[in-house]
Amino acid sequence: MSVNRPSPHDSARLHVTGAARYVDDIPTPAGCLHLAFGQSTEAHGTITAMDLSAVRAADGVIAVLAAADLPFENDVSPSTHDEPLLATDTVHYVGQPIFLVVATSHTAARKAATLAKVDYSPLPPIFTIEEAMAADSRFEEGPRIYSRGDAQSAIGNSPHRAEGVIDMGGQEHFYLEGQAALALPQDDGDVVVHSSTQHPSEIQHKVADALGLPMHGVKVEVRRMGGGFGGKESQGNALAVSCAIAASMTGKPCKMRYDRDDDMVITGKRHDFRISYEVGFDDDGRVRGIDFIHYTRCGWAQDLSLPVADRAMLHADNAYLLENVRIESHRLRTNTQSATAFRGFGGPQGLVGVERVMDQIAHQLGLDPLEVRKVNYYAEMESPDGGLSAKTKQVTPYGQEVSDFILHGLTSDLATGCDYAARRAAVAAWNAENPVLKRGLAMTPVKFGISFTLTHLNQAGALVHVYQDGSVALNHGGTEMGQGLYQKVAQVAASTFGISLDQVRLTATDTSKVPNTSATAASSGSDLNGMAVLTACEAVRDRMAEHLASVRQTTASAVLFEGGVVRVGGDTLTFPAAAKECYEGRVSLSATGFYKTPDIQWDRIKGEGRPFYYFAYGAACSEVVVDTLTGEYRILRTDILHDAGRSLNPALDIGQIEGGFVQGAGWLTTEELVWDDQGRLRTHAPSTYKIPAASDRPQVFNVALYESDNPEATIHRSKAVGEPPFCLGVSVLMALSDAVAFCGTAYPALAAPATPERVLAAVQRVRGLA
Amino acid sequence: MKTTFLLNGETVTAEIPPTETLLDWLRLTQHLTGTKEGCNEGDCGACTVMVQDDQGIRALNACILFLPQIAGKAIRTVEGIRADDGTLHPVQQEMVEKHGSQCGFCTPGFIASMATAHATGVTDFNDQLAGNLCRCTGYAPIIRAAEAAASAPVPEWVAADKAALTTLPNAALPTSGDELAAILTAQPNTRIIAGGTDVGLWVTKQMRDLGPVVFLHACDDLKQISIDDDQMYVGAGVTIETLREAIAPHYPSFAEMLRRYGSTQVRSAATLGGNIANGSPIGDSPPALIALGATLHLRHGDTRRTLPLEDFFIEYGQQDCAQGEFVEGVAIPLAAKGLKVYKISKRFDQDISALCGAFNISVSDGAVTTARIAFGGMAGTPKRASHLETALIGQPWTTETITAAHDALAQDFSPLSDMRASADYRLTVARNLLTRYFAESQGTLTSVLEVQP
Repeated sequence: MSVNRPSPHDSARLHVTGAARYVDDIPTPAGCLHLAFGQSTEAHGTITAMDLSAVRAADGVIAVLAAADLPFENDVSPSTHDEPLLATDTVHYVGQPIFLVVATSHTAARKAATLAKVDYSPLPPIFTIEEAMAADSRFEEGPRIYSRGDAQSAIGNSPHRAEGVIDMGGQEHFYLEGQAALALPQDDGDVVVHSSTQHPSEIQHKVADALGLPMHGVKVEVRRMGGGFGGKESQGNALAVSCAIAASMTGKPCKMRYDRDDDMVITGKRHDFRISYEVGFDDDGRVRGIDFIHYTRCGWAQDLSLPVADRAMLHADNAYLLENVRIESHRLRTNTQSATAFRGFGGPQGLVGVERVMDQIAHQLGLDPLEVRKVNYYAEMESPDGGLSAKTKQVTPYGQEVSDFILHGLTSDLATGCDYAARRAAVAAWNAENPVLKRGLAMTPVKFGISFTLTHLNQAGALVHVYQDGSVALNHGGTEMGQGLYQKVAQVAASTFGISLDQVRLTATDTSKVPNTSATAASSGSDLNGMAVLTACEAVRDRMAEHLASVRQTTASAVLFEGGVVRVGGDTLTFPAAAKECYEGRVSLSATGFYKTPDIQWDRIKGEGRPFYYFAYGAACSEVVVDTLTGEYRILRTDILHDAGRSLNPALDIGQIEGGFVQGAGWLTTEELVWDDQGRLRTHAPSTYKIPAASDRPQVFNVALYESDNPEATIHRSKAVGEPPFCLGVSVLMALSDAVAFCGTAYPALAAPATPERVLAAVQRVRGLA
Repeated sequence: MKTTFLLNGETVTAEIPPTETLLDWLRLTQHLTGTKEGCNEGDCGACTVMVQDDQGIRALNACILFLPQIAGKAIRTVEGIRADDGTLHPVQQEMVEKHGSQCGFCTPGFIASMATAHATGVTDFNDQLAGNLCRCTGYAPIIRAAEAAASAPVPEWVAADKAALTTLPNAALPTSGDELAAILTAQPNTRIIAGGTDVGLWVTKQMRDLGPVVFLHACDDLKQISIDDDQMYVGAGVTIETLREAIAPHYPSFAEMLRRYGSTQVRSAATLGGNIANGSPIGDSPPALIALGATLHLRHGDTRRTLPLEDFFIEYGQQDCAQGEFVEGVAIPLAAKGLKVYKISKRFDQDISALCGAFNISVSDGAVTTARIAFGGMAGTPKRASHLETALIGQPWTTETITAAHDALAQDFSPLSDMRASADYRLTVARNLLTRYFAESQGTLTSVLEVQP
């Protein structure tokens, strides 16, 4: 069996030798043209005049297109047709594409794009939550509200109460490979597009609309991305559509890639949130009633903001049973980049809200925050195969039963393994002796819902070919962005045929092989595509078994595929020999597979149903040290125990956990997006936007998988692992809060990102100096 | 302009304009697409290549490296790091085995940096790889790979490249300060390019035409470091990395700050002269040098002059430097015993300072005898904190003195708010750095970098 075992990423050898090709590395036919956008310099205004003559006259420029020059649809929105490729008369943010330059080189296009003379009649811009609320500038008619029980009366009747607010910033994806696309004109007006995208079918759809073609006229291919993280779910549309239009107009191959600064200025990022809360609780810290208000800055266009904000609401409980709860969510329209998908898709923001509440309750009661967390946990799953007794049946604020909860056992194992109790005492003792530096320690859990909340997206297709030499080619709708999906899916196929991994080849994701795919997102890649591939492989294997058995007067169920051979009626054939025999027996050795997630249904307006097939769990314990004079800090140690079900590939899963944690910690610490009062993003390059570097990872970093089969019948009982561990970075924010709390008696109320400046401000608050 | 160098073991000559970058040349004309463009400004390391010359082996960012800068050197890109028979380099093999790549886009740059560290035998991997950003792995498996490969033998091609350097022709570049002075006198608007870590961005980001340029890295006399009794003379062409090594025995705190100046790739290219001459208010070497009382040496044709470094910085964007004049070197007094340099930034490694404070204070018989204190990031230029110095000199070395002196800083500085920090934070931390200096002098633990888990 090649599943449930560690093996390297399928492209590892190509990565380390520089041979792995990304979009910009694909050799292009002669005459390839290059594209760049001219961008708005105003946050909000009407274009009154646009003089592009200097752009047209610049060296190497072949064509310049404005909105009026587009042949069909001028739209790259993934949701509601509110996102023109090129601005029509109104601009909505600084950086919005307003014209398209087609030139003989990337540099020539970039240079020319700066030469336009554009006059604007300014309109009042809306940047902040306060401004948006005051102007009622929002998506949807009003706030979404999910509730259960009676939050306000429960809060009023509680022995203790607290309230507060936490701001958390957005996050730039900083995929190392910027957005890129290449379009190659084909026969009869068709086009082939290579795109760095998580969502080839959407690229196909948007390109078809832009060219006035049926979808069958557009083929989109994606071999790999240099990172995605959600930033390539919808943000690649503009480049692919531009290339396709320019290729269609010029008859030449056309390529577009954003320079890093352009990428950061043009594309959407993680939604920043403000969450205010009011909570009532008892002497043990058990929450009796809680009321959250989410304020979400969505930017100028809707993009994926509604499901993102929904998912934040769906994670407002994180791991805690909230019986009287109300969550109100405002999706605010602002004159900034259109915020988009980013690993966790609102979930992390939602759960930071309740983690802050747990921290504050513990501070107010003088309890260990871990004890407060545990007293609020859902009840543990009672048997390995799931199912809770009626006595302990518990539901989320949106009415989904939580029947697979394992955090009691997981937290206990982690606390013991990392010596939590003793270290908590040691931290206090150390802090008593150190006036300038303070340590902090915190353990936080994650419960993350797995499935697209838009139920129809939970489907996948696959295509498998067995060639007559026994080699296997696989294709599926998922895309590879580094997470190791291709490897996991290859493992599924290899184990189904009982052959070794090197006999299986994954081919580039291709809309002409598997149609109507969902984005590789929501951590669902291996759950959905793994099952679709399994189905396809089983179909071929069953046909082979039937033929091989019938020739030998035995039954198909007695045929075994294992160890690289096929055992049938006393014969042992190599897999290639079996394939050849089936081919000569005129057996179809190709099949499609299809999978749809069972048992889920969801009403997002009512906030009721079962949006998630299951939950993934984990916990992290982080220790930090803070400098109370400057706010500087280091992560000294992090211990993680995470639930990937019965892991398909423990090495790849641990990679997701380590990387997700560091990315989550970066979001909450050094990664700060700063806009000026004109709405210009001032942190638009790695010189000013600081993702974690090597030394920012915890000095001691212990990551382990929690052995626990998924009670649901997922692919080989594994669990999704892309997004959940991102949320473990919250332990760092809470550890910083713990350290700062040692400076005095007030609650630190540390905002995120907790830059040294915000940490110092919290220190001063706790000391009563600010 | 013709440039001859070794590329993955082969001698090549490129004939392109002098401000084309190595990265563009590799990708666009050689179709060596293993080396990636991640940021095009030297901050992500995806374009890292290994460069060997008679000074040794360094990792450099190809995206801001102009081709003339590699004349006569040996370049190895990711394509040239494994053996000719396909055997992976030890760092490549360990990256596969330790799962050090996920999306793989940063990986070629990491491989180049790791192979460089492997060849030079250094093992401070957090520092060696601080200039390589990875968004997928969280770095842990990459560091494991670097550690696992450290003891493997260095591939033979490293020595072969070194031996082949002697076969390369000399580049048509000025080779002395005299030649440089003559060029600048003849054409005073010539732009000097040393490491190119700042000027490179004028080309890649601002897309400026630089006009006439001259490269000074072949001027060996500008790369000299000499010490006489009480001072160290550092040529303008000395890289920050070389300065860091030279200054460490004298001023460990200065060297520790320089460890965090840019990244390995940036420090190996950037020069001390460039860091001063560009006049940036947030350059990290001037505060320390001003606090030490360093003297700047300038040359214009055959005329030389010296001035205290702080006088060179007139106001934001304006330095005391005539057209055609250039920085020749800096003389650094070596007698200061109490120098501490503090760099404050959002991220410890490879980040531009929000502020950088340098404190050179002497205490004798319990009282402050001398104080030279300078800050970067607090004003339009690197600047001395004169009021603060006055408030300290002659006072007893006590908490009360420190507290009383704090207010003087507000007379010295009215810092700006920007994306790196607010004015309030800058001023508060500037005060607190004095407190830190005092606490350190009393034996109190003040650096989070010194705390072990």
